[in-house]
Amino acid sequence: MRLLRSLRRNLVVIAGLLTLACLVLPNLVVTVFSFNRPNGRFNYAWQRFSLDAWKDPCGVADLCGSLSLSLRIAALATLGATVLGTMIAFALVRYRFRARGAVNSLIFLPMAMPEVVMAASLLTLFLNMGAELGFLTVLIAHIMFCLSFVVTAVKARVLSMDPRLEEAARDLYAGPAQTFLRVTLPIAAPGIAAGALLAFALSFDDFIITNFNAGSTVTFPMFVWGSAQRGTPVQINVIGTAMFVIAVAVVLVGQLVAGRRRNNTRK
Amino acid sequence: MSATDTPPAPPAEEAAPARPVRGRSLRKRLVPYWLLLPGILWLLVFFALPMVYQASTSVQTGSLEQGFRVTWHFRTYADAFADYYPQFVRSLLYAGTATLLCLLLGYPLAYLIAFRAGRWRNLLLVLVIAPFFTSFLIRTLAWKTILADGGAVVDALEGLHVLDVTSRLGWTEDNRILATPMAVVCGLTYNFLPFMILPLYTSLDRIDPRLHEAAGDLYATPAATFRTVTLPLSMPGVVAGTLLTFIPASGDYVNAELLGSTDTKMVGSVIQSQFLRVLDYPTAAALSFILMAVVLLVVTVYIRRSGTEDLL
Repeated sequence: MRLLRSLRRNLVVIAGLLTLACLVLPNLVVTVFSFNRPNGRFNYAWQRFSLDAWKDPCGVADLCGSLSLSLRIAALATLGATVLGTMIAFALVRYRFRARGAVNSLIFLPMAMPEVVMAASLLTLFLNMGAELGFLTVLIAHIMFCLSFVVTAVKARVLSMDPRLEEAARDLYAGPAQTFLRVTLPIAAPGIAAGALLAFALSFDDFIITNFNAGSTVTFPMFVWGSAQRGTPVQINVIGTAMFVIAVAVVLVGQLVAGRRRNNTRK
Repeated sequence: MSATDTPPAPPAEEAAPARPVRGRSLRKRLVPYWLLLPGILWLLVFFALPMVYQASTSVQTGSLEQGFRVTWHFRTYADAFADYYPQFVRSLLYAGTATLLCLLLGYPLAYLIAFRAGRWRNLLLVLVIAPFFTSFLIRTLAWKTILADGGAVVDALEGLHVLDVTSRLGWTEDNRILATPMAVVCGLTYNFLPFMILPLYTSLDRIDPRLHEAAGDLYATPAATFRTVTLPLSMPGVVAGTLLTFIPASGDYVNAELLGSTDTKMVGSVIQSQFLRVLDYPTAAALSFILMAVVLLVVTVYIRRSGTEDLL
């Protein structure tokens, strides 16, 4: 009876951990198969252990080129979306202006639209304007769909800011520029950083909008998509594993630093 | 507790009039517009204007060689819908099923992280977000290995006679999962699960655990506590999570193309191939518009019904 009850009490824990296992399982598969030496072009069945792909991650034509292209687009899209999005977020929280409802809907709608609809409509615009599809059209598209997410992230942070801190700065004879740079911006920074990180991740991993608007430009997700038809090189798994490890390491180090800083301020 | 948490900060909206209202120069009054201008212009030109172009494209006729001209040919819509309604129905069905599965799978995990994880909470949160760092296409391809014919999952489900049942329901075929509706729904569920878990976690995390204790003190069973306290208070998370899952899932074609077969094509696949391979722009634009209208309709009705309009 007691066992049964403890099982029932922990049912949610068991179910939750099972879900977590489902979430992490594909990453394990990706990692394990980065050490595979497949027979033939597709890396879906385990054959035998090999370090070949790890020794030569750029050994496949165009793979590392597409990776660096994706990184460049993601960096520029992050920059653009973060600057534009932060400006909108400050305007929304700190000022009164006409057409606030319209502005809010314009920011909400891109997030409530299936990606394929945005992708297709943007393509009709570019086709009608006779624009050449490539780096620039992809960058424009990425800034467009990252913008709303940055606004949301920054807005949440600025809303929770205590306005009295800025009043205090003004009372202490800080000019508007000084108040902004030394008080407002540092407090808003975590929100801006969160928005920028989100924008980077969204842009780097975007496939559908890029698929429509890239022309013959091949970003990393486009390369993976193409390889799913032609044959999946093991190097894809190497890159996937490396990205995972680097990102988790960055997050853990960040948590450690934040934790230590919190401990220090407590002392 | 840090110093910024202690005083209850007045909301920023109330604080605004405290600034000198009188004598505000025109230049100052224009500040918000200057802040908004570049970003809003970007969204107008690259989000709103494309919708206009798409609307115009959908009522054009012509050919690639002679060019397309607006002829107000609304039959394109009727034809497109008549030709592709199976894909529409399938998209909504798959996306709906995946959303439901995400809710059923995601809720326990979000609950676990919010209330039961203790010092493991941050680690679990990192594990939920971490898969994002590997390109979702690579992770989706990994399901080809996991669900492979004769693989461990297929063998286990076959041994348990689960595949017999699912075959009879038409979800799987001939003792395989790949290239069946089940594989596509599985891929959709997996891909959008974090979008369900994170909003659920956020709203569960806001619930004061003392409410649970109070319910217990008032002789509520754990089930009753969940039904009358936890679930209603987590509704904003449920609504946000289901929307964040359903909307992208309904337009997705990646899972259908990578894990499915020609019998599991969703409307996204059709739009993609009409636009990029067949180059029948009017039909593609019409399909895309119908999808948009359907999704907006579903979302609006859903938000009205669940009474969470303030969520926006």
